[in-house]
Amino acid sequence: MKGTNIGEFEELVLLTVAALMEEAYSVAICDELSEHAGREVKLGVVHAVLNRLQEKGLLKSQLGEATKTRGGKRKRFYQVTNTGKAALIKTKEVRDVLWNRIPHLTLKGI
Amino acid sequence: MEKKAPGPPKWAEKFLEWYCRPELLEDLQGDLHEYFERNLKKKGTRRARFIYVLDVLKFFRPYTLRKPHLLNMVINMLMLASYIKTSRRNIVRNKLFSGINIFGLGVSMSVGLVMIAMLMDVFSYDNFHTRNDRIYRLISRFEQNGHANSSFFATSSLKAGLSVKESVNGIEDVVSVRGGFSGDLEFEDKKLPVSGYWANESFFNVFTFPLVQGNPVTALQKPFQLVLTESTALKLFGTKDVVGKTVTRADRQYLVAGIMKDPPVFSHIKFEMLGSLSSLDVIEQDNPDLLKWDNVWDTWTYVLLDEGVGLDKIKANLDQFALKEDRTVENTHIELDLQPLSDIMTGENMGNQIGPTFGKTLLRIFMALTLVLLLSACFNYTNLSVARALSRTKEVGIRKTIGAFKSQIVGQFIVESVIISLLALVFSFLLFILIRPHFLSMESSLQQLLRLELSPGLVLCFLGFAILIGAMAGIVPAVSFSRISAIAAFKDMMATSAMKGISMRKVLTVFQYSISIIAITSTLIIFKQYRHFIHYDLGFRTENILNIKLQGNDAQLLTNELNELSEVQNISQSMLISGIGHYSGIYMKNPNDPLDSGTVYFNTVNENYLPMHSHTFLAGRNFNPKLVDSLETEVIVNQEVIRRFNIADGNPSDAVGQTVEVDGKELAIVGVIGDFEYGKANNQTGKEVIMRYANNKANYLNVKIQSRDLPSTYGKLEAIWKKLDPVHPFDAQFYNQQIQEGFKGFEASVKVGGFLSLLVICIATIGLLGMVVFTTEFRLKEVSVRKVLGSSEFGLISLLSKGFFVLLLIAAGISIPSTFLFFDRVMLPQIPNSSPLQLPEMFLGSFVVLLLALLMIVSQTLKVARTNPAEVLNRE
Repeated sequence: MKGTNIGEFEELVLLTVAALMEEAYSVAICDELSEHAGREVKLGVVHAVLNRLQEKGLLKSQLGEATKTRGGKRKRFYQVTNTGKAALIKTKEVRDVLWNRIPHLTLKGI
Repeated sequence: MEKKAPGPPKWAEKFLEWYCRPELLEDLQGDLHEYFERNLKKKGTRRARFIYVLDVLKFFRPYTLRKPHLLNMVINMLMLASYIKTSRRNIVRNKLFSGINIFGLGVSMSVGLVMIAMLMDVFSYDNFHTRNDRIYRLISRFEQNGHANSSFFATSSLKAGLSVKESVNGIEDVVSVRGGFSGDLEFEDKKLPVSGYWANESFFNVFTFPLVQGNPVTALQKPFQLVLTESTALKLFGTKDVVGKTVTRADRQYLVAGIMKDPPVFSHIKFEMLGSLSSLDVIEQDNPDLLKWDNVWDTWTYVLLDEGVGLDKIKANLDQFALKEDRTVENTHIELDLQPLSDIMTGENMGNQIGPTFGKTLLRIFMALTLVLLLSACFNYTNLSVARALSRTKEVGIRKTIGAFKSQIVGQFIVESVIISLLALVFSFLLFILIRPHFLSMESSLQQLLRLELSPGLVLCFLGFAILIGAMAGIVPAVSFSRISAIAAFKDMMATSAMKGISMRKVLTVFQYSISIIAITSTLIIFKQYRHFIHYDLGFRTENILNIKLQGNDAQLLTNELNELSEVQNISQSMLISGIGHYSGIYMKNPNDPLDSGTVYFNTVNENYLPMHSHTFLAGRNFNPKLVDSLETEVIVNQEVIRRFNIADGNPSDAVGQTVEVDGKELAIVGVIGDFEYGKANNQTGKEVIMRYANNKANYLNVKIQSRDLPSTYGKLEAIWKKLDPVHPFDAQFYNQQIQEGFKGFEASVKVGGFLSLLVICIATIGLLGMVVFTTEFRLKEVSVRKVLGSSEFGLISLLSKGFFVLLLIAAGISIPSTFLFFDRVMLPQIPNSSPLQLPEMFLGSFVVLLLALLMIVSQTLKVARTNPAEVLNRE
């Protein structure tokens, strides 16, 4: 099924949302990703992915309180839905299974 | 008060609000703002604002776009219908205004249409090759003894073509195309002149020229094979089914190994047949120069690059390759480079092109001219519309009161201007059809290069162009109308608002008139130069001389036949025609100082040539008639030769009897003739000329004709030619006509310049007309009051037209001196023997333009000045 399969970057975004807990809004996600994923992440990409994940039902969002910064505009905070959590767990399981099948010798050369 | 922190650009924020879905808008705005604040600290205001704009544009994506609302769409459709209706009414109501605009826009749009059609043609060149993005032409720059040619040649050496594939990585295939294959094909008793090139077997692999018959891989592999185009095969054999037959070319047998489709119109290589390059190994086996590295003159090399190869790497490899090969020749460096196939038609102007090309310069000049013209016409529209604000403010006021948004007012006015420009399109389309043949016939190469044929794509482009022009012309008045506030519209404030843009309009008028005067004056100057050059005293007579190209026929035979005609007075033979840009140079040794030798230009003639062309003899005598193939012993030189080589201290009579060495032969000077124009009157090359003697080795017959009815005499000559040579068409031209054709470039500039000046003047004049009409009507009341108080008609006219006179004088004051300086200091010094500028051509054009403008101003102001004041004042 398409809905539960997620791409590599989608997975990263989902994980970041989960990790940031209450503070998960687009700019913060973007910064967090740039810091940890070791690559420059553009807002445009993150925004598009967040939007797509929400359409898939893996994320939900609501607007926060207005503040003086951001030109008085409210932030949109994201949360991982249950479907999202399931998708993350499933992805991890698939990986674990594959990891376990690799004999230790194969990756030692690195 | 604390200074407000700089914010992101307003218009970008507006744009974001406009396109973004409401549910995504707020947090997106916030995000961008947050980034903006960060950038503000790190990179400064300007950079931050720039990034903000970029981001706004980047977020313009399918998922952020507002979905069009059905209701809004219906409303917009309804409104559009209403806009169209009101626009139609407005256009019909103001016939003068609409007429001026439709005419002005139409005239200049017709030139725009020609340009669009031309661009479509030019950019469709060589698109039919399926791998055209990977095909490049190998071009070379020649450098000898440290003198580098400034530009590249389109050709490269045959050696480079043959070895580039092995020496440079990343090249999939190479085609070498060599000139010199054109000639007469013979089959049984039929003979046909055919143009073509030598090419190697990769030709059909690299290029997409489909073969109808034959194997594309082997068709050009073995020596003495050739491929004919379909139409050539039909002409020669009467059928296309001819693979396997043999034809004769220059006494050698060639096997027809393939039949190909005719090359498309938009191919930069045009030919009727191709011969296998390997034949040259046999034909030119005794030619030591064929494979020399510095023989870069006659071969065009095309390479097919591997997919995804970087050009920089190839260029570096080419440089290495060239450096290695440079060692095989002395003091010469040849730089190689690659030119994309798509660049050949529109790229740099290079020497040795395989066929006519368009070139960057011509394209740019034409685009610039069109742009000026179109801008001028758009200005007119803007100008007149804003000037008419007076009559439209009330309408806008009412619309606003009823509840129209700003955007709807803008929409209405833009729809109106688009409708006007669509009407203008109809008009300009007719003009386009009208001027198309004239444009193409301007230069013979244009006719070969362009078709300007109508296609659905082209018509769509025309429509898009018209809408764009309409929107461009309409946007300024539309926005300025939409800003009118409803309350102001009903108060008596219109007067000030209508006069607001007056200084801008004055600048526009001055601009338009300056352009007009520059255009007409330049055209007149070029026309004067053209006249000057075609009537230039070449130093010999050319009247009533018909030059017949012999095309390999026997000169004596034809002379004997032609002498039978009573109209033929005299016939001479020559190798080339002087004064029309033919050159042939040869090395001459100085008899006084053998080390100081140099190139002289020469013509080979028989004994009739010099007297018949009335060359002046300063000393000595003409050639004596000699037998065919007799030893060459005599030479006649011009004065410049004895001056330059310092023969007998430059004294003509002492020079006679001296000996010079030309072409390895000792030749005695038997005569000295006065200097004359050997090359072209506007070219400095070809000052030192020697005349050599040869009987029956000529390329041309010069026939002096005495006849009242030249066309019928020409017909008689042609009939004689047909009898002797049924294969080649009669190629003969009168000398004066040839000289005129040599200056065809000038003639074309005069035609284009004349046409464009006409257009520019037209546009400027109707623009001024509009201005005058609306300004004078605006002052109608004032004029009436003045009249009642006793002002004279003359006084009123001078009052109303004074302002315009000043504008025209300013325009003349700017444009006449600048044109004069441009031609006097920049252009004419570059053209040798040009005639100096004189008063008539400097002022005649401006005089006519200004007179036209004056007439118009006076006639309009007179109309206003003559109105009955009682009627005007009664209206209030």
